[in-house]
Amino acid sequence: METWEEVTFAGYILEPGNAESYKTGDWRSRQKPVINQEKCTFCLLCWIYCPDGAIIRKEGEVEIDYYHCKGCGICAYECPSGAIRMRSEMEGE
Amino acid sequence: MALKSLPLHEYLSSGHRLCAGCGEGVTIRQILKAFDEPPIICNATSCLEVSTTPFPYTAWRTPWIHPAFECTGAVVAGVEAAQKALIRKGRKKKWDVVLALAGDGGTHDIGLQALSGALERGHKFVYVCYTNDAYMNTGIQRSGATPKAAWTTTSPAGKVIPGKTEWQKDLMKIVVAHDIPYAATASPSYPMDLQRKMKKATQADGPAFILALAPCPRGWRTPPHLTIELGRLAVQTCMFPLYEVEKGQYRITMKPKRKLPVEYYLRPQGRFRHLFTPKTRHDIINDIQAYVDKKWQELQRMEQLTQP
Amino acid sequence: MMARKVLALNGDEAAAYAVKQCKPDVIAAYPITPQTIIVERLSDFVADGELDAEFIAVESEHSAMSACIGASAMGARAYTATASQGLALMYEMLFVASSFRLPIVMSVANRALNSPLNIWNDMSDTMGARDCGWIQIYNENSQEVYDFTIQAFRIAEDHRVLLPVMVCHDGFVVSHSTEGVEVLSDGEVDSFLPPRDPVYPLDVEKPVTIGCVGVPEYYPEIKYQQEVATKKSIETIKEILREFNESFGRSYGIVEEYRTDGAEVALLTIGSISGTAKEAVDEMRAEGKPVGLLKLRLFRPFPIEALRKSLSGLKVVGVVDRHISFGSCMGGALNMEVRAALYEMKDRPHVMGFPTGLGGRDIRVEHFLKIIDELLMIAEQDALEEEYKVVGCRGPGCIGP
Repeated sequence: METWEEVTFAGYILEPGNAESYKTGDWRSRQKPVINQEKCTFCLLCWIYCPDGAIIRKEGEVEIDYYHCKGCGICAYECPSGAIRMRSEMEGE
Repeated sequence: MALKSLPLHEYLSSGHRLCAGCGEGVTIRQILKAFDEPPIICNATSCLEVSTTPFPYTAWRTPWIHPAFECTGAVVAGVEAAQKALIRKGRKKKWDVVLALAGDGGTHDIGLQALSGALERGHKFVYVCYTNDAYMNTGIQRSGATPKAAWTTTSPAGKVIPGKTEWQKDLMKIVVAHDIPYAATASPSYPMDLQRKMKKATQADGPAFILALAPCPRGWRTPPHLTIELGRLAVQTCMFPLYEVEKGQYRITMKPKRKLPVEYYLRPQGRFRHLFTPKTRHDIINDIQAYVDKKWQELQRMEQLTQP
Repeated sequence: MMARKVLALNGDEAAAYAVKQCKPDVIAAYPITPQTIIVERLSDFVADGELDAEFIAVESEHSAMSACIGASAMGARAYTATASQGLALMYEMLFVASSFRLPIVMSVANRALNSPLNIWNDMSDTMGARDCGWIQIYNENSQEVYDFTIQAFRIAEDHRVLLPVMVCHDGFVVSHSTEGVEVLSDGEVDSFLPPRDPVYPLDVEKPVTIGCVGVPEYYPEIKYQQEVATKKSIETIKEILREFNESFGRSYGIVEEYRTDGAEVALLTIGSISGTAKEAVDEMRAEGKPVGLLKLRLFRPFPIEALRKSLSGLKVVGVVDRHISFGSCMGGALNMEVRAALYEMKDRPHVMGFPTGLGGRDIRVEHFLKIIDELLMIAEQDALEEEYKVVGCRGPGCIGP
């Protein structure tokens, strides 16, 4: 780890958004959201309601970012078309 | 769909350490979607500040400064004044929106003086108070924003005293009393309403204030997946009405089709559990209902009264 | 060179005039006696278009410092002024300003702290703020206030320093006393003080996070970096002082000696009281007593080497504090610091403290004569009976009014 000479000036953080490399996906204890793309209408409610920016918005579809998803279940609860379900961590993605 | 029109950028990156289901995370992400270019952010000490910047990590992709708890109004004033001077003297090219972010402790309580000073002086900035109704960062202590009867660790539901004994401070009235160009309440459960308000706030000619309710699963003792639902229930019960005050003119932006009884909002929350068990405290619930009804009527009257 | 202008300015006006010439971008200040004249004058300069700055009339000193922090973090040159209760209210933010390494300059018109309420001069305020990470410069008169206010910006903004600076002058005694001040031309100030070159300003093009959570794994490294910067700043301060002296014909030092040649005992003073003390030294010298004086300009960082050098060879030093550090071992902070600095020195002098002139109590030449008598007696006996004695206070244990 950095010495006092190596640590950034006054503890400023100079790499914007470097928290992205920090894994919060392992906070999920039991369940993870799984998207059924066939049911998804791309309404983007899951995307706008996610506290962690863990819904990746792509052209015409959304994906879960399991590296960051904390498993809160908001997306599954709010999905109006029942396209997202909370599944056991044990099941395959 | 309007949501598709919102920008893809995430000025608050993933990998922050807010709790699962945190209402602040949703609120701040949505707030930042209202910007086409990053604002300069002054953050008060809070869950948000702590969870987004444990050295050497930052979740911020905007310029961001956190000096202390109670001073956010003054810090934005300094940032805004500096920006004015630097642009005037040709040392800065363009105006960047100055955004203050603070929780209810940092706004309703310890930060009220600095906020009031900044509002009175008329600096051009947007102040967003993301309220979760208590000092959650230190472990759920009551604040001026804590609703009546809510359990917190300093307003416990004891054998004699059933949670907080005072009403929530009506911060909006205090803010509006400064005659600023724009003030509004907002909820992440109503994202497009929030977007519209943020747009107005950023375009206001002077200070603009947004009070956003950010449900807190940990402090409200609610399951994390209910965060958005609780925000919705707060609006539909009129516990937290959505409205704006633009140059003194009130406008309710979300009128519930059917105004739900406050019980719908209280019952799912562990912080109000003592109102329902071991026996239902109808006296307190009715008291809250009467107060909410009175405030709701008052708001509607203000809307009528301030029609142009 | 053309003769410079001499203006009749009190200490506050001298500070304001210097600040105007230093062209700050943002001034955030709150009125408090005896500093108020500074912010009134600066308001005038801004209102008359003589100074192009944003003047934020904040609602408290806590907000004054907070606004300066915001402005300085943006890369602006930020200035404020305060005293007494105001400085105490700022206390929290003083640490933040120095920890962020922001080159804010603040004038302090030294005033006693409540309670009882007292608007007059002592140094309870800034001495209480001595460990906040600010550079502290103490001045004796309006001329010094003027000269060191200009140097303060240069010191603060030097990339080898990047620390906030408190420029202190005694309330009323200096702040409200009008004297002739030889002022530099605007051009001279411009050539001495280049525009600020901020290191990591808040900038949308290069976003920086300032004020993170310093977890235990990093906090010590961040703090020690600050400590090293503070300690090392003394070299830069000396260098800038030398340049100022040479450019403008002054002769300042960080520790200034007065009639110390052949002295066996010396007073060590700080601030305006040095003038009165010098008169006492003159009287004693006229009687052939081996007495001298040392005036401390810089209290933070503490000029330990310079002080050891100046004090070596003396038999006794009387340290004249301007406050009481309640319950401490040595009466006042200056006395504590001086004694601590000398502890490992061979043949160190005896050091006795004299907390003096509390809350504006008038201290005259005869008080210093009494102090010097004590010092001469200690020299003769080669022994110290008491660590300190309050001067200018009625009753047993004190040197009376």
